[in-house]
Amino acid sequence: MSQQEFRTGDTPLPDVVILTHKLTRDYEMGSETVRALRGVSIQIRKNEYVAVMGPSGSGKSTLMNLVGCLDTPTSGEYWLNAQKVSDLADDELARIRNKEIGFVFQTFNLLPRADALHNVELPLIYAGLGAKERRARAAQALERVGLGDRMDHRPNELSGGQRQRVAIARALVNDPSILLADEPTGNLDSTTGLEIMGLFRELHDSGQTVVMVTHEQDIAAQAARVITLRDGLVATDQRQAA
Amino acid sequence: MQFLDAVRLALQTIRSQKLKSGFSLLGVFVGVSSLIAAWSIANGVNRYMTEKFAQTLFGVNTFQLRRRPMFTPNVPDSVWRAWARRPRIRFSDAEAIGEGLTIPVITAWQSSDQVTVTYGNKEARDIELTTASERYFDIKNLRIEFGRAFTGEENRSGAPVAVLGEAVAKRLFVDRSPIGHSVRIGGIPYRVIGVVEHQGSILGFPLDRFVVVPALSPAQNLVNPPGILDAFLVKAHSDVEMREAISQAEGIMRSRRHLRPKQDNNFVLDTSEGVQRFWAGISAILLTVIPGIVIVSLVIGGIVIMNIMLMAVAERTREIGLRKSLGARRTDVLRQFLAESTAISLLGAAFGIFAGMGLTVLINALSPLPASVSPTSVVMGVILGAGVGIVFGVYPASRASRLDPITALRQE
Repeated sequence: MSQQEFRTGDTPLPDVVILTHKLTRDYEMGSETVRALRGVSIQIRKNEYVAVMGPSGSGKSTLMNLVGCLDTPTSGEYWLNAQKVSDLADDELARIRNKEIGFVFQTFNLLPRADALHNVELPLIYAGLGAKERRARAAQALERVGLGDRMDHRPNELSGGQRQRVAIARALVNDPSILLADEPTGNLDSTTGLEIMGLFRELHDSGQTVVMVTHEQDIAAQAARVITLRDGLVATDQRQAA
Repeated sequence: MQFLDAVRLALQTIRSQKLKSGFSLLGVFVGVSSLIAAWSIANGVNRYMTEKFAQTLFGVNTFQLRRRPMFTPNVPDSVWRAWARRPRIRFSDAEAIGEGLTIPVITAWQSSDQVTVTYGNKEARDIELTTASERYFDIKNLRIEFGRAFTGEENRSGAPVAVLGEAVAKRLFVDRSPIGHSVRIGGIPYRVIGVVEHQGSILGFPLDRFVVVPALSPAQNLVNPPGILDAFLVKAHSDVEMREAISQAEGIMRSRRHLRPKQDNNFVLDTSEGVQRFWAGISAILLTVIPGIVIVSLVIGGIVIMNIMLMAVAERTREIGLRKSLGARRTDVLRQFLAESTAISLLGAAFGIFAGMGLTVLINALSPLPASVSPTSVVMGVILGAGVGIVFGVYPASRASRLDPITALRQE
């Protein structure tokens, strides 16, 4: 571990994109308290390619939600791009999700009634961009994922792989600090899954920081670093030859 | 998210769910169209009443001395019986007032009843026979189209001459000129000397089914006992002079009837204000009933919209979660759903305005009620439409905006 120990009161090093410090998250389930995360401290640097693994119930979804600013921790710190986000208010978190994080979901989550271009435009709408610029940037993002000729297709006119490409274009369109993928190949056949993984690799090669949750060993094998969670704690954190 | 984006998004959603949106705007549609139609009728009738009706029935700056008011809405039986016990208006009362007034006026006697008028074997039933003095035509502004009115001399001598209303002339003589021909009014022979210009109708009542004869001519016995008249008409030059004449006439009548200062008048000096008050009573009822109907249908419309929006929120939970994960703030989601409910109800209001206007045109064409669209009601329609959308959209929209993105995204 070449990382320095982080202490409360410190600020992360400049090239650290994600830093969590003793992050915990408890859920109230009726009278019971479920401790989904029990003190997770990780640092992810710029242009890392990290896979987060773990059995179900290990806390990896909770960690993803926290890292994706969809949720706030019970205690601990979360720094994203040298900004402490663990104590931000709702609207601030929305802004961070919009600008800093690109989500890729297992089920794509495209708007069924909107064409590819409009789907990719969505984050830019919430960023407050004008229609002309939105369209140009959305088109650019679609071209980047190889769908320049499918912009006016609706999700139901696209294959599963193409849909996930649209979702990736949407995740990229705001130039996020991290690309956060949750089982991105879970709904795809293995050939298409490999194509999508190829796309992630390309994006990583071009400088994108990628964090991916998966339970598939061979998907995780694509990543340069694998973090395994167990019972709400980091069990292993290994770098591997790509 | 910019406001225009929210509106565009709302319209897209509405367009993609035409049927559902159609149902949800129905309530507002009904509310606004009934608002416009009812308001237009009230508005039209109101104007008609104040501008035309009162003056047709009374004449400008004219008052009438009568036993009881001409228009009597909702009078209890006791009052009616009290009126029936009052002494009637006598020729001598009319003469005394005519002589006693110091204000320059023109006056006329008037008594009326329904009779049958015949010419040869032709018959016109339910004709209003008016026995009047010669200035009646001036006061009522009845212009003679053919022939002439009767003179003061003919009136005093009780000459059996008649002036016909246009409908009566048409009925009895069709296309021929009735002038000079002899008709029987309630069986009494009269010579036709004139026909009054076409008067049209008022709220569906024809105004041309009448015949006017001299007050002292033989038919006077058909309408009233000897020496009695229904009304004494007095027309002054201006409103001020009319009021002065009314107070003089009141004094004359009170002294003729020997009324003590504390006793009420046992006669009325009726003006067109009486009719207008009568109408004001009706329109007040209309104007309290209409808002009731409108409010009920708008509330129903609002609840429908609220329900449909709540359904939409439930159906689109995942979409909301996704939008939030992509950076939509609470206000963005709130605005999106508010824009949608407002757009739906404004659309309903717009259709309602057109339907209400159409209804108004139809009412005008098919019924005797005069109706004209009031711009106020259109503005009200738009405001109410938007208001319903906003008020009833707030709850679903705030529910949507408060959805937790994680749970929302996880929902299938």
